[in-house]
Amino acid sequence: MKNPTVQSGAILAVCASSLLLLMTIWPARVEAHVTGLMGGGFASGFLHPLSGLDHVLAMVAVGMWGAQLGSPAIWVLPVAFPMVMALGGMLGLIGVRLPGPEIGIAISAVVLGTAVLKEAKPRIELAAALVGFFAIFHGYAHGTELPPGASGMYFSLGFTIATGSLHAIGILIGLIHRWPAGKAAMRAAGAIVAAGGCYFLWSAWQ
Amino acid sequence: MSRFAKGWCLMSAAFVIFLWPAAAEAHLMSSGMGPFYDGAEHLLSSLDDFLGIIALALLAGQNNKQHGRYILFALPASWIVGGFAGLMRSTEWQQPVVSSLSIVVVGAMLATRSQWTALTFAGTASLFGLLHGYLNGSSMGTTGRGWIGLMGIALTVFVSVAFLSSFSLLLKAAWTQIAVRVAGSWIVAIGLLMTGWALR
Repeated sequence: MKNPTVQSGAILAVCASSLLLLMTIWPARVEAHVTGLMGGGFASGFLHPLSGLDHVLAMVAVGMWGAQLGSPAIWVLPVAFPMVMALGGMLGLIGVRLPGPEIGIAISAVVLGTAVLKEAKPRIELAAALVGFFAIFHGYAHGTELPPGASGMYFSLGFTIATGSLHAIGILIGLIHRWPAGKAAMRAAGAIVAAGGCYFLWSAWQ
Repeated sequence: MSRFAKGWCLMSAAFVIFLWPAAAEAHLMSSGMGPFYDGAEHLLSSLDDFLGIIALALLAGQNNKQHGRYILFALPASWIVGGFAGLMRSTEWQQPVVSSLSIVVVGAMLATRSQWTALTFAGTASLFGLLHGYLNGSSMGTTGRGWIGLMGIALTVFVSVAFLSSFSLLLKAAWTQIAVRVAGSWIVAIGLLMTGWALR
């Protein structure tokens, strides 16, 4: 990249996204469950997807994979994921039984991390279908865990914005893919996501 | 500061203010300034109404000026017609599932960036306005705000559509158009979750 303004902007974006990611995964206890301190409303919904590292890894990986694949995947995947995830949430809310959501979430981190690691470039339809399939599990887990006393509308708003922000962080991290060293770093990040997924898969089996 | 940056700052400030209310409820609240402003406040604090307006106005701007001009008058007018019909009821008529599904529909239109004719688009927006106006009217009829509150809502719809659709018209860069589509997908997601909450 020759243009110093663009380069410094990209570096700034990567630093900002890394800082944001660090802040989001900082909580001492990372569990995908609602705690007693989480009341209703926007803040509760916003914090819910951030409270489980398995969710965070998979959603950031969606953005990173989209950035690796380039247009149109860079926006198709983050558009598809929240919609299908919400469908999964709705299924959870109305009481439809889906077996093993935690296992599905862990597998999603393994698969998406591996896709980033291997720089997999399937057809856009296949990539969207894969992301959509796993989104069902993420939404279902959240849907069944929504606190009964919360303001549904504001909870949903916070929940959706947090999910989209995690994708945006993944896309911003993916900006480093344009540099040779960045490509290697992205693959390493994919390996970390996949390893994290393996750990959560092992935990889910226990 | 460029026009776009100014617009973006204004939108961000509006978004923060919009999210600010600690206890926003889907029923008429008293602003202390009379029924007209009660109506205006109701619309701005009711996401189930306002999300649909955001989606329709942004989509109008993403199409062209004619879409924006049609919806600018069609949406408030249909809201008033639906509202007066709702005022005729003696009991409140709330249909959260139908209301949430209508948000899903308009959000999906934005996410897929539907390229309908201006007339078809205005007709769809009118259906949305009739439904939500009717729901508003039926609740206002039981709380005694009446047609003045309805006028407050309609004027707020008009101003919101004018502001949002003209802002959307300015968004020409590729990434801004993607951001608008992403916003549509978020609206669909919220609508689906709200449907789940309603069916729970």
